[in-house]
Order: sequence, then structure tokens, then C-alpha cells
Amino acid sequence: MPGAIYAEGLVKHFGDVKALDGVDLDVPEGTVLGLLGPNGAGKTTTVRCLTTLLRPDRGTAIVAGIDVLKHPDAVRRSVGLSGQFAAVDEYLTGRENLQMVGQLYQMRAKAAKQRAAELLEQFHLTDAADRPTKTYSGGMRRRLDLAAALVVRPPVMFMDEPTTGLDPRNRQQLWDVIKQLVSGGTTLLLTTQYLEEADHLAHDICVVDHGRVIARGTSDQLKAQTGGERVEVVVRDRGHITAAVEVLSGFGKGETTVEEHTRKLTVPVSGGAKLLAEVIRELDSRDIEMDDVGLRRPTLDDVFLSLTGHLAEEKPGESSEAEGPKARKHTKEPAQ
Amino acid sequence: MSAMNDSLVIAHRNLIRMGRIPEMLVFGLLQPIMFVVLFTYVFGGSIRVGSSISPQAYREFLMAGIFAQTVTFATAGAGAGIADDMHKGLIDRFRSLPMARGAVLTGRTLADLVQTALTLIVLAIVAVIVGWRTHENFGKVLAGFGLLLLFGYAFSWIGALIGLSVRTPEAATSGGLIWLFPLTFISNAFVDANQMPAFLRHIAEWNPFSATVQACRELFGNLPPGFRTPDAWPMQHPVWASLIWSAVIILLFRTLAVRKYRRAHG
Ligand SMILES: Nc1ncnc2c1ncn2[C@@H]1O[C@H](COP(=O)(O)OP(=O)(O)O)[C@@H](O)[C@H]1O
Ligand SMILES: [Mg+2]
Repeated sequence: MPGAIYAEGLVKHFGDVKALDGVDLDVPEGTVLGLLGPNGAGKTTTVRCLTTLLRPDRGTAIVAGIDVLKHPDAVRRSVGLSGQFAAVDEYLTGRENLQMVGQLYQMRAKAAKQRAAELLEQFHLTDAADRPTKTYSGGMRRRLDLAAALVVRPPVMFMDEPTTGLDPRNRQQLWDVIKQLVSGGTTLLLTTQYLEEADHLAHDICVVDHGRVIARGTSDQLKAQTGGERVEVVVRDRGHITAAVEVLSGFGKGETTVEEHTRKLTVPVSGGAKLLAEVIRELDSRDIEMDDVGLRRPTLDDVFLSLTGHLAEEKPGESSEAEGPKARKHTKEPAQ
Repeated sequence: MSAMNDSLVIAHRNLIRMGRIPEMLVFGLLQPIMFVVLFTYVFGGSIRVGSSISPQAYREFLMAGIFAQTVTFATAGAGAGIADDMHKGLIDRFRSLPMARGAVLTGRTLADLVQTALTLIVLAIVAVIVGWRTHENFGKVLAGFGLLLLFGYAFSWIGALIGLSVRTPEAATSGGLIWLFPLTFISNAFVDANQMPAFLRHIAEWNPFSATVQACRELFGNLPPGFRTPDAWPMQHPVWASLIWSAVIILLFRTLAVRKYRRAHG
């Protein structure tokens, strides 16, 4: 029994560019799949193929139980799409935009009007409802776009990079909206370049690169693949490095790596916070002073780096999230 | 059924936009008004039409040409509007909805028809102010404007196809206008085509533009004194020729545009 979104062997070429090179997906009903990948990975193309906007060269796609290639119109009645760029008419008001979309979903004018009012309320846009959307902020426009995708309460939703370009506050707000939606039972496919976002919202994650799914699983599974957690210590005094390595090696389950110039030591461990406390006690008892110490769980950035050998694209505003892997680049990988 | 309804929803949307961008309408009027004034007062006394070089004869002769040229500017409007919708991702939104396939384009061309009608009304008033008069009954004059509207509607389908084929609204505007100038000038719109060299005269006589212009001149009673109607079939039966041209353009370009819309992946 295929899930609410199912794709097998999707291929789409644009001239020489293999935008999709055999994508398989299976999203069980009521769950969220995060499609994660850098710019140009094929995320948008996947979404466009699944929402009838683009005809794949090869492959099968079934959405809400309907064959996308055979019955595109039936699929359109059952899906909501919020594309990569907010598709709202800038000269229409928020209310007019939603009413128009409702009517084009074949609702009667009156029902469309009522639904528009509900959505404006739900998305905190009532105050701005009767202003042309040209005057909206990026976050408001995004919310309106999302509202437009929800007009007929579709059982299956697609969102293409819903928070790209939003500031953290707006992003948080949108996440809340999405979570609320999903708790109502909607099946969602969400694409993102923000690794944190997939971690936060998705049940399952597919990592795509060059038109292919290169890894899939839950966030935890993917992290486990990358090698689990580590303890990281920065000692105050360079002279203490050797002693600290000795301590860490006693706790670690692999080789300790040392970064001389930053006085940073890293060792793979298992045992979580309890083990961290023991490490700290032991270092303390030997009078090894620490500038910093912590347990580091791999982020999806690490996952991406280990899978593809390159970092996910950095976007403005993502710099804080990108800090971890950037630092890691300089660290020697422990030999396996 | 739903196709008509969807088209009207889209037309309504485009009319709301039009009301919020009135400068579009104003700029759309400036050029034809300038043409009316310039041609009337600058060339008025020096261009020979039929056997007459009187300013009044030229004024009356000219207006049908300017009206016809003006309605074809709908090409640029429709093209720019649709290119803009593509550019802003709205076409994607529409294509993801369970709506009739041609409705986005039909709605756009219908809204342009309304805009063309408004433009014609204002332009006709300006024309009357500078001295344009009709000499046929009201029914015929209305029929003339009907032909103009149909012709403009046909050209907005050409614009729709252009809009779907280019990358930016700016390109659609210039792509919609650039070929209109030779088309209008190698016609009977501003001069008496009988006075052109034979080669150009043949083109002018079969130019779809000329048929509509000639039909309007007949229906308005604006043929100049001593005017010899050319023997070419479209000039002898200009109303039919204009109707046929418009129908052919609509059929051809509507088919092409709707097909392109369904495949569009901009
Ligand atoms: N309409 C198109 N024409 C040509 N190439 C395209 C088109 N759409 C996408 N591509 C190419 O296909 C690849 C995948 O693009 P896309 O699916 O948009 O990636 P993503 O959404 O992950 O950034 C890119 O190399 C892109 O340049
Ligand atoms: Mg994309």
C-alpha cells in the first residue's frame, strides 16, 4: 500500500541537466517528509513533478491515491502547493487573493469569501486583509501563500522552501503554523535547505543531491550514520593537552583528535550527559583547567558533509547554523 | 461551464489590478492621443487622400487608422500581463489549481477587451474634439467599433502567446509592439494605399490591418471624396475580411497559446 505521496524512478532532464535522476519517495499518510538538499539538487523539480506542473520524462507518481500522470486534474483537487516563491497577486488584497483561489478551486463565491475570512484569521492577517499584498512583509506574504494552499483543506500538501529568506521570528511563526497543520493529519512534503528545519518539522528526511536521493531515514538514523556524539574540550593551558588526551581516551570509544592551535580535543563517545559529567570530574580532579567543554551531537550539516563531501549551500542568515561544520572542516577526521 | 466561470474570475482579478494601476490606462491613451493631434495638425493639410488634400478629409480618414492601431496595443498589455504572472509564479499557482486550462488566458484577454473599450471611448471623444465626424447611422458606427474590439481581442491572443514565450514583462511589451509598427505603417491606416508603390500596395491591401480600417471607414462614412476602392478582395469586402482575419487569428493563436500554457515550465 503506497503512501499518500509515492514516487518511483522519477527522471527529468532539461537538455544536458539531469534535474532528476531517478527519485523514489514514499510518504505515509499523516507524516512529514523533509526533502533536504542544496541549491540545484532537484527539490523544486520533484515538487513540480508531483503537483502536475511538470511532466517527468520517466517514472511513476501517485499522490493521494491518484496517478499524477493519468489524472492530473483529480490530483489538483486534492493537493495544496506553496511554491518556492510566494505566488500572490501583489495588487490584490489578501482577502481578494484567497477568494480568487477559493473560486478557482470551484467553490461558490460566498463559500470562498467565508473561507478566506477564516484563513485570514488563522494566519493572523485579519488586520492587513484589505490592503494590497504589495504592502506586506516577506513573512506575511509567505503566510498568505500558505493560506492559499490550504483553501480546500487538501489532504496532501507540498511546500517548497517555505521559510527561505525569512528572519528567525517569522520562520518560527511559520513553523508553528506548519506543526499545527500536520497535527490535523495532513500529509506534507517539505523541501528545505535549512537542515535545522528538516530536523524540526520532518518525521523522515530524504537527502537529495544531483537529482538523486543519497540518504533517507529519521533525523536520528541519519545522525547515527554520521558517527554519533562526541565530547569536545578546550583546555586553557597548552601544556595540559597530553594529560587531557589521556583522560579522554579513557572514556572515548575511538581515537582522540587534537587541534593544537585552538587547544581543542574531540573524542567520539556513547553515554550522553552522564558520561560528560564524569569526564569533567576527572579533568577537574587532575587540575586540568578548561575554557570550554561540551557534548556535541552531530547536526544535519555533519550528515550532509559526510554524505556528499561538501556543505549544504549557505544562505544569508544561516551563518550561525553553518558554524559547526565550518569549524569541523579543520578538524582531522578520526581514522576508522 | 466551469471554464466560463474560471475565465470570469480571472478577468475580474485583472480588472481589479487595472483599477489599482490607473497609470497603465493613462499611458495606453497618451500615444494614440498624441498620434491624433500630431497627424491632424502636422500632416493634416499636406497628405492627399482620395482626390482631396483638405485637412478635414484627412482627419476623418485618419481616425479609423488610429483606432485600429490603438486596439492592437492590447497585444502588449496581454503579453506583459501574462509574462508578469509567469515571472511572479502566479501561473504556477493557477496551473496547480483544478481550473479550466484556458481560463487564465481567456480571463486576461477579456480584461484587456474591457480596457480596449475604455480606451476607444476616450479616444473617440478626443477625435470628436479635434473635428472627427461620422456620416452613417448610429448602428453602422457601432458596428465599426464592434469590429475594432473584435480585432483588438484577436491581437490580445497574439500577446498571450508572446507573454508565455518570453522571460520578462519588458520583453513582452517590446515584443508585442515592435512588429506592430511596420504592420500598421504598411497599411492604409495613415495614408491612401493607392499611392504606394505596387509591391507595398499589395501587402497593404492584404494586411489584416487594412481590412479593419477600410471596414471602419465605410461604416463611419469616412471614405474621402474621390477615393477609389482597390480591387483586392479584402478591400472590396472589408467587413467580411476583417471578421475572417479576426476569427483566424483568434483560432490560431488561442490554440497555440493554450497549448503553450499547459506545457509552460518557466
Ligand atoms: N526549467 C528549467 N530549465 C532548465 N534547467 C532547469 C529548469 N528547472 C530546473 N533546472 C535545473 O535543474 C536542476 C535542479 O533544479 P531545482 O529542482 O530547481 O533545484 P532545487 O530546487 O533543489 O534548488 C538545476 O541544475 C536547475 O538549473
Ligand atoms: Mg528550488
